[in-house]
Amino acid sequence: MSVRAVLLVGAAALWWVAGPVHAQAQAPAPAPAQAQPKSSADGIAEYRAMLADGNPADLFEAKGEVLWKQARGPKNATLERCDLGKGPGVVKGAFVELPRWFADTQRMQDLESRLVTCMEVLQGMDGAAIAKTAFGSGEQSNVTALATYVAAESRGLRFNLPQGHIEERKSYEIGKRVFFFRGGPMDFSCAGCHSVDGQRIRLQDLPNLTKNPGDGVGFAAWPAYRVSNGQMWSMQLRLNDCFRQQRFPFPGFGSELTVALGTYMGVNAKGAQSIAPAIKR
Amino acid sequence: MGDPMRIRAQSAGDKTTVRVLMSHEMETGQRRDPAGKVIPAWFIQEVSAALNGKPVLAAQWGPSVAKNPFMQFVVRGAKAGDKISVTWLDNKGDKRTDEATVS
Amino acid sequence: MKTRREMMSSSAKLAALLASAGLWPAISMAAWPQSAFDAKSLADASKALGGSVPVESKDVMVTGPDIAENGAVVPVGCSTTLPGVKRLLLLVEKNPSVLAAVFDVTDAVEPSFNTRVKMGQSSNVFAVAMMSDGKVLFASKEIKVTLGGCGG
Repeated sequence: MSVRAVLLVGAAALWWVAGPVHAQAQAPAPAPAQAQPKSSADGIAEYRAMLADGNPADLFEAKGEVLWKQARGPKNATLERCDLGKGPGVVKGAFVELPRWFADTQRMQDLESRLVTCMEVLQGMDGAAIAKTAFGSGEQSNVTALATYVAAESRGLRFNLPQGHIEERKSYEIGKRVFFFRGGPMDFSCAGCHSVDGQRIRLQDLPNLTKNPGDGVGFAAWPAYRVSNGQMWSMQLRLNDCFRQQRFPFPGFGSELTVALGTYMGVNAKGAQSIAPAIKR
Repeated sequence: MGDPMRIRAQSAGDKTTVRVLMSHEMETGQRRDPAGKVIPAWFIQEVSAALNGKPVLAAQWGPSVAKNPFMQFVVRGAKAGDKISVTWLDNKGDKRTDEATVS
Repeated sequence: MKTRREMMSSSAKLAALLASAGLWPAISMAAWPQSAFDAKSLADASKALGGSVPVESKDVMVTGPDIAENGAVVPVGCSTTLPGVKRLLLLVEKNPSVLAAVFDVTDAVEPSFNTRVKMGQSSNVFAVAMMSDGKVLFASKEIKVTLGGCGG
């Protein structure tokens, strides 16, 4: 189905939902009388605000903090000397500067691939095996919890990815090209959904990721707890699912391609405030 | 034993608002797995809370309560430094208690 | 032949062993009102809890969003300004499990509780106050669900 057809279906669905909501708001109700009926977008915003306090992501954040400080793996060591880009053990502020270039591994890394590096180097775990593990199981679920904890330590800070190194700038350019690359059986690209302002699928807003879409939006809203499946989603899983939705083959976990996409989105989001870990539909 | 709960207790005057986030599947017993088999019901049935060891709350839940449940209630007569403990018990007999200090 | 004391001791040990293995129903499980949680309507749930026919009342409040983006997690609350309330209940009319939660009210807590429920579809949500004088009062709010949240 073309993007336009999707939008038409989405608009029709929105109209169908908005109709009864308007009717309900106008019927005599215990709620105080309003000058005009609440739009469904307002209703959704209210719903999200009600969930913000008591985000189950807190449970994963707590688990991640325990894992950071727990001696584990064949080397029986903690992750407290892990260098996430701001020096060994510096967690606060690290999330809003990732992905970035790491001299010790000689590659661009995002939060999750860097966590796996630390689990390998400091704790002696098998990084390749972790990368192959399905999201939500085994050590992969620990990576998600750790990512949630690290992201939470940068809550409220503004994205400021470094672009000083030539590889960091290259990663941005690769990410841009990947973002606009059309392929797969539906001829989709990231840009198809995410390169225009004000686009939506059903009631789901699609942020424009070719620029800063605003505080707490897009790149600044992940990792997030998804209420629809009760799962904690990191950026790697979010990208994996985008590829699935486009009917693309799954990208490798922590691959150069996924890191480059993160670089592109993160640099575009410069100055946006992170609200991670967030809560999502 | 389940994963730890997150408990926050904030006092304002005589009222202390307690917010609890519990880690639990809250499986209804209505769903089927991909093979078509019913996924057995697994949910918190009882919740209780105590202030400095004295019971202040008892609740009974059914499977309609959401996964990773959140609960908020207001305790009277607590002050900063007091201990709030929350306990849940599920239909498999599994149990968990966590504690927090009123701030 | 064991003495009675020995028998009681070993049965206590067995009970403890079973309890720690999760096989022995904990004593307080008798308190879980199975028939109320099996009830298919507000009236039946009230009856199963020993209450009378529920009557709508402005003194009972139910809170929740007008529209839930996802029925998997819908924040709802029940409260009352009336004195003498024994229990506050939350029900989701169109759920397979209509009765969602029962809160016992004591002097130590305010008669006001919030939690989150799953809603399979748009439905009325009821907050019910069971009073010490036997009255059962309720308030109702319709919550629309854009995507059913029971994971099916």
